[in-house]
Amino acid sequence: MAGFFAKLKEGLTKTRQNFVEKVEQVFTGRKKIDEDLYEELEEVLIRSDVGVTTSFELVERLRKEVKQRKLSEPSELTQVLQELIAELLGEEVQLNIAEQGPSIILIVGVNGVGKTTTIGKLANRFKNEGKRVILAAGDTFRAAAIDQLEVWGERCGVEVIKQKEGADPAAVAYDAVQAAKSRNIDVVIVDTAGRLHNKVNLMEELRKVKRVIEREIPGAPQEVLLVLDATTGQNALQQAKLFQEVAGVTGIVLTKLDGTAKGGVVLGIQGETRIPVKWIGIGEGMDDLRPFVPKDFAAALFGRADEEGER
Amino acid sequence: MFQGLSDKLQETFKRLKGKGKLKEADVNEAMREVRVALLEADVNFKVVKDFVAKVKERSIGLDVLESLSPAQQVIKIVHEEMITLMGGATGKILIASKPPTVIMLIGLQGAGKTTHAAKLANMLNKQGKHPLLVACDIYRPAAIKQLQVLGEQLKLPVFSMGQESPVEIAKASLKHANSNGQDVVIIDTAGRLHINEELMGELRDIKTAVKPHEILLVVDAMTGQDAVNVAESFHKELGLDGVILTKLDGDTRGGAALSIKAVTGCTIKFAGMGEKMDAIEPFHPDRMASRILGMGDVLTLIEKA
Ligand SMILES: Nc1nc2c(ncn2[C@@H]2O[C@H](COP(=O)(O)OP(=O)(O)OP(=O)(O)O)[C@@H](O)[C@H]2O)c(=O)[nH]1
Ligand SMILES: Nc1nc2c(ncn2[C@@H]2O[C@H](COP(=O)(O)OP(=O)(O)OP(=O)(O)O)[C@@H](O)[C@H]2O)c(=O)[nH]1
Ligand SMILES: [Mg+2]
Ligand SMILES: [Mg+2]
Repeated sequence: MAGFFAKLKEGLTKTRQNFVEKVEQVFTGRKKIDEDLYEELEEVLIRSDVGVTTSFELVERLRKEVKQRKLSEPSELTQVLQELIAELLGEEVQLNIAEQGPSIILIVGVNGVGKTTTIGKLANRFKNEGKRVILAAGDTFRAAAIDQLEVWGERCGVEVIKQKEGADPAAVAYDAVQAAKSRNIDVVIVDTAGRLHNKVNLMEELRKVKRVIEREIPGAPQEVLLVLDATTGQNALQQAKLFQEVAGVTGIVLTKLDGTAKGGVVLGIQGETRIPVKWIGIGEGMDDLRPFVPKDFAAALFGRADEEGER
Repeated sequence: MFQGLSDKLQETFKRLKGKGKLKEADVNEAMREVRVALLEADVNFKVVKDFVAKVKERSIGLDVLESLSPAQQVIKIVHEEMITLMGGATGKILIASKPPTVIMLIGLQGAGKTTHAAKLANMLNKQGKHPLLVACDIYRPAAIKQLQVLGEQLKLPVFSMGQESPVEIAKASLKHANSNGQDVVIIDTAGRLHINEELMGELRDIKTAVKPHEILLVVDAMTGQDAVNVAESFHKELGLDGVILTKLDGDTRGGAALSIKAVTGCTIKFAGMGEKMDAIEPFHPDRMASRILGMGDVLTLIEKA
């Protein structure tokens, strides 16, 4: 199985050169730590979608560290900055799985980010761990969304609980939870229709889906995962805030990291919401899901993937 | 943050008393605020640099007017420059003199290609055309079905050949259109990364085979700094005729619009405003400029002055 970095590397070959050179210039191509260096660093961060505010903050923290640790070599800074970023991203967080009875995972996010695909990948993972999994076709709105989930169900050998197109998503979730309870299922993953966070009635619909799950199993849903597309810019912050408000997001899945986008926006999200990133998506295949490792991500943000080992 | 730009510029220029010309130092400070506002709106870093330089050039030496505060004057310049940059003919599909007109939609995964293929078909159908939708996404689970369902909703024909090679499907669809009196062929392609050489090659092959009149790049309006890399690659490989900017019914600032236009020069023809089949509009550069700046009201005031 191709490792996280091998895959990233594959994806980044074209833009990497340019980018790495730039970073190298920032840190090693100069003799002292000066204003220019900090400015260029800011640029590197902003280009990765980290956002102006968070980029400024990170550079501020770096300045402090430089003073405290009495650093003078620009080449020492890469490490420090990676540490700061990893620290901001927090520890690696495992999925919360119920000790007994079924765990319900609710998948939410705006349109086209990769929710349904991520469900296929997660189902595959759980299945390989020997868990009993079912999927709930809670996207009853988008054309052929149910068929799409069914294809994934077939691929992983997992049953899909569904109703007709146009049905109430909360009713589908209810059916799935009942099925899980009566059939000794370990994990239920609930798909939902893509919805923009600024659409009030669609967000209310989501609230209702969650309420039904809460009512049927105490402590459920064990996870509400917000799927974010790594190509997204600063709007991702709004997405995180509003989905958290309505659905109580417990983790983020950052998809499409196999492209050239860096997904730096999750740094800003960390600063403002503290929702941990739990998984990353690095392709369209069943195996293209990896646990999120803050330290590795921090390195990849700087195009330094080539220097790290395989996972 | 963005209501902010106007306030911050007011603050910046507060020291300016009475009339006179804007000095470089004043303008520099103002440009810092403009730069931050644009970056926070996801306008690409490099594009921001060039853009700010242009605005700065126009702002230095500006006479401070009675009717407008310096802050308002600078915002007016920013707004005008944005419209100039994003301007050009919009909302039109070039209809071929000899039918069928072939339109091909391409872009990253999940951008809205399939949805907009159907929306375009619906729009052209209402204009009296007879469109044929063509399912060339043989990879994504249920992609063909998705297009079929949309076609059914619209009562418009969908051409598919299962998992046959997309080039063959595209070729066959032209024949099919010719013999069935369909004068517009809209090809839906699979989402792909701009760095995937194999799949980019497939698009080139489709292009060679069917010579589309319009190759439209479908871009999610929420895209961040990477929008320029994506647009540049697709443009270089295929030669774009235009862009469809989708999901503008969200609350994104949509700085990607400015970035894409700046690096490719391609006009943004349509704006996607929702998931429904009639949620497509001609793109309006002036509205987009106000949106990126997040200041519709302020601008209306300035325009009246
Ligand atoms: N390159 C890449 N593509 C991905 C990844 N995850 C999903 N995709 C693709 O992105 C597109 C959208 O994925 P979906 O899973 O349908 O997204 P969704 O969020 O369920 O979409 P809606 O239900 O329409 O809101 C598909 O073409 C997927 O194959 C990823 O990690 N990398
Ligand atoms: N809110 C909103 N949603 C949109 C818009 N355009 C498309 N969508 C939604 O975005 C998601 C992805 O749209 P698709 O048309 O499947 O995108 P695609 O580019 O064909 O995706 P792939 O074939 O997987 O690459 C779906 O949930 C659509 O309903 C829009 O303008 N506004
Ligand atoms: Mg889906
Ligand atoms: Mg599609």
